[in-house]
Amino acid sequence: MTMNAHEVPPAPIGLLAELTHRCPLGCPYCSNPVQLESRSDEIDTESWKRVFSEAAALGVLQVHLSGGEPLARRDLVELVEHCAKVGLYTNLITSGIGMSPTLVTRLADAGLDHVQLSIQDSTAASADKIAGYDGAFAKKREVARLVCDAGFALTINAVIHRANAGRAGNMVALAIELGARRVEIAHVQYYGWAVPNRAALMPTLVQAQAAIAAVEALKKQHAGEIVIDHVIPDYHARYPKACMGGWGKRTINITPQGRALPCHAAESIKSLEFWNVAQHSLADIWYQSPAFNAYRGTQWMNELCRTCERREIDHGGCRCQALALAGDAAATDPVCHKSPDHGKMQQIVLAEEAAHVEAYVYRRLKGGGGASSL
Amino acid sequence: MSLREITGNCQPKLPRGVRLKQDLVRNEWLLLAPERVIKLNPVAQAILQRCTGLASVDAIVDDLSQTFAADRSRIDTDVRALLADLAQKRLLDI
Repeated sequence: MTMNAHEVPPAPIGLLAELTHRCPLGCPYCSNPVQLESRSDEIDTESWKRVFSEAAALGVLQVHLSGGEPLARRDLVELVEHCAKVGLYTNLITSGIGMSPTLVTRLADAGLDHVQLSIQDSTAASADKIAGYDGAFAKKREVARLVCDAGFALTINAVIHRANAGRAGNMVALAIELGARRVEIAHVQYYGWAVPNRAALMPTLVQAQAAIAAVEALKKQHAGEIVIDHVIPDYHARYPKACMGGWGKRTINITPQGRALPCHAAESIKSLEFWNVAQHSLADIWYQSPAFNAYRGTQWMNELCRTCERREIDHGGCRCQALALAGDAAATDPVCHKSPDHGKMQQIVLAEEAAHVEAYVYRRLKGGGGASSL
Repeated sequence: MSLREITGNCQPKLPRGVRLKQDLVRNEWLLLAPERVIKLNPVAQAILQRCTGLASVDAIVDDLSQTFAADRSRIDTDVRALLADLAQKRLLDI
């Protein structure tokens, strides 16, 4: 047990349900693991329903139905209906591919609360190239209209990286045009597929700063019209991000196979043991499982973090990033300027932002999944 | 687009995707919204429960000042401050 004995973790607030890893798009920054899970391994409708019932009883308030592309699940409407029945707020995180006028109406009737639609860029040619899918951009425009016409509140989500950083502001303008009340402009984070694509994705510091300034200016200009949630890159910061609001503190992530993770990238930490919802209740997973308890509290921290005045603010940063860049998941996140590995991280940033790599390793299921498996 | 002024005739309404929830696990009232969970104090809860799109701001203020036997002008200030804040965050239609 690495937690302080007297501490009981708070009940979780959010549950990210990765219903499937199938997705027609091939975005090179996808946060799913490079080893994608196949359709035959996905847990069934009844298992998800049980997970959602347990989640509501445990204190979860919001369920994020994600993937992969959640519309690829034929039981999506039934799952939304069940979440609504047990009082959960449902957020559909979608690429839009697979949405139809009939489906949007059925989702509305089932009680879906909110739709978050991804865009890859503000111009069709570039957006389709990033997604690795011809016609994706045009389809998304149509889906945004369907979603708004059905009366949903729409959020547009865009990931910023080298190929589109110059149009970060245009993406806010596009979100307004599409009828969104909220837009997330998130600079790429290097997990999952973004790791092998890092040299093709990393913008230069100058590019990143220009994109950040453009979006910050729009925040003021469009106050009251659209809410802009801005996730800026951490690799130029002095202090790390409070990853997930603290390990095992706010959210649970369930993979298509039913493994419960403290964050979507946690499986990169091979030393952890992740429990499956098929064998354990969600409450047992949250309070008892070794993976969720591994980095709770402060006792797992090294001297540098444990004695730091920010230990309860950023919790030592991101465990997966510490492993990826410092080789130890319990190390100080190398983003922190106090980390002995901070210089090494800066060298990686400088080398990759100067790289002239343009070809992406597109996200694909092994054996040519993707669109054909939908 | 500038913010619409909150007049006494406005009929504030929580839009789809924003809703009140009584959280029985934590024993508190919450406002659930896209990627947001906002804790409500009893005053905010009482105001938002009346934002049905049918009642005017004036009627809501009247109702609250009677229900809580409180000074009307103070309630009026509280109501407008909360509505303006939520409207700015696109969590309320006015």
